[in-house]
Amino acid sequence: MDLSSAFVLALRALGRNKMRSILTMLGLIIGVGAVIAVIGIGEGAATKAQEQLAALGSNMLFVGSGSVNRYGLHVGSFQTKTLVLADARAIVRECPSVSATAPGTGTGQQVVYGNENWATQITGTEPQYFAVRNWPFASGTSFSDDDVTQAATVAVLGDTVRKYLFGSRNPIGETIRIGTLPFKVVGVLTPKGTSPGSGQDQDDVIIAPLTTVQKKLLGQEWLRWIMVSAVSRQASYIAQQQIESLLRDRHKIRSGDPDDFVVRNMADMADAAAEQGTVMTVLLTIVASIALLVGGIGIMNIMLVSVTERTREIGIRMAVGATEEDVRLQFLIEALVLGLIGGTIGIVFGVTSSLAVSQGLGWPIRIPLYAIALATIFAMAIALFFGFYPARRASQLNPIEALRYE
Amino acid sequence: MAIVNPVTATSSVAADVSLPLVEVHDLRKNYQLGETEVHALRGVSVRIKPGDFVAIMGASGSGKSTFMNILGCLDKPTSGRYLLEGTDVAALSKKELARIRNQKIGFVFQGFNLLGRTTALENTELPMLYSRTNKNDRERRAREALAQVGLADRADHFPSQLSGGQQQRVAVARALVNQPRMLLADEPTGNLDSRTSVEVMEIFQKLNTDGLTIILVTHEPDIAQFAKREIVFRDGQIKRDDVVEAPHVAGEVLKTMPTVED
Repeated sequence: MDLSSAFVLALRALGRNKMRSILTMLGLIIGVGAVIAVIGIGEGAATKAQEQLAALGSNMLFVGSGSVNRYGLHVGSFQTKTLVLADARAIVRECPSVSATAPGTGTGQQVVYGNENWATQITGTEPQYFAVRNWPFASGTSFSDDDVTQAATVAVLGDTVRKYLFGSRNPIGETIRIGTLPFKVVGVLTPKGTSPGSGQDQDDVIIAPLTTVQKKLLGQEWLRWIMVSAVSRQASYIAQQQIESLLRDRHKIRSGDPDDFVVRNMADMADAAAEQGTVMTVLLTIVASIALLVGGIGIMNIMLVSVTERTREIGIRMAVGATEEDVRLQFLIEALVLGLIGGTIGIVFGVTSSLAVSQGLGWPIRIPLYAIALATIFAMAIALFFGFYPARRASQLNPIEALRYE
Repeated sequence: MAIVNPVTATSSVAADVSLPLVEVHDLRKNYQLGETEVHALRGVSVRIKPGDFVAIMGASGSGKSTFMNILGCLDKPTSGRYLLEGTDVAALSKKELARIRNQKIGFVFQGFNLLGRTTALENTELPMLYSRTNKNDRERRAREALAQVGLADRADHFPSQLSGGQQQRVAVARALVNQPRMLLADEPTGNLDSRTSVEVMEIFQKLNTDGLTIILVTHEPDIAQFAKREIVFRDGQIKRDDVVEAPHVAGEVLKTMPTVED
């Protein structure tokens, strides 16, 4: 029997028992759909996490002032007063794996413009901060090094702050009040979204010259943190070691005593996030594969019933000259067609359900082509695997007994 | 109704009537039925020449069905020789036997054995599906075969839409479509009323007149009278093997029978 006749025959045989064929395929439809949805959601989440980390700068390190241990009581981070501007200058000067640093501090303040007011975080830093954080401007420019030297009252707005204070108006050149001081708005940043680590809104911020925040808003000389840019992502691990030993040296910490600062490496965070995503995807894929397997067993079950039901048909075919191979081929192709149709419906089902999830829950979705190819191949392989035994059983029937079968 | 028959039309082997189409020698078949061994055939020897029309009679359990299954290459003998056109069938593989069933033998069964929910045309095409005949030839030859049995206008009917006699004629068309050397009919009239039975015998006689060898199993003596030769089985052996004196002519018999409303 040639293949095209076998396909026509298979389609017809399946068409005769539409309800049964659909129910048989249901297992595969759900299995394939689940695989696609899982991969889609997993890939989407991984892509999103990577984008967020890339936005943060994967070769970035964060040096924070440490926690203080007073009489055995740990008081939260950013408490020590030992991290100073000279440290930031020393890091960029003495650590070969570091390309730039941006020292900074911060405080929470009430911000007022016209009738609008908003409580936000004021970050004091130097102009290179925007480059280190890879953060482009939506409009306007950064404050200058001179502004830092002169402690000028100028400010750059994060997108959230701009939205609350100005709405659709152009904020450049306008004057806002931070605490009691008037500041002139010189720039607005592009939105960066939530932080992958803490989930904080990174755009809910105003950035001003370091000296201005230190002297006019805080009255503190020390830094809360230093953003460090390593020369490359690989170099960030070496940079971390260089910074740690340099700061211990500069802060005169004896060996054995704890650091009075913390260094966090974004590459570590990226790896951790990626690994978390991978584990999740693997787990979900296993669950989806089990669904596919169950679908395959369903195919085998129904194919066995079908072979028994069609014993006489098989006998007739053998009597008029069908070989064992012909009969086996017929049932294998029937299983294959079940797999093919079930797989196709499953893909449609998987894609629509992941789109629904992304719409409903706001999760990012990315369905790569390989997921569709994988699901299709898997569905057909399972159909063939589980169709083989029933097909073999059909081909091994004794034609005389098969013809007599009632 | 023109019938092209390969036996007369083709080979020189077929033309040589001295070479038998079927030659079996000391055929034996044993079955294991639970504890006991059943001897279905106990040494059967017979020659059937091309163009013969043989009726095989016998009580149930006499071995006639086993004999037919072996002749039809659906079963293999325990011992003995079966030569089909000089070829020793016992030596052939399952695949080669399937090919012989496909090319040289046409089957007609008591229960018609048509595929349900499949049209008369497609049922007739079935053997050609396994001889890799292309789609156009399949349909053309199936239509010809249906015309041979007088069902040209029923090609697109399903078996459930046909009477018993019509279904059996579709089965005959299916058996003829690959132009076999012989037609094996196992109780072909068993499920038919007497007039329809004679109608089927009329087709058989016509095919036989055109040269097709027919071997027919029946337990109805009336039906056997349409054949040229009668072989009676008893207890796995041939009890009697006679030429039928003045076989009935189905066409004549039909004239004496009352017609039924169709």
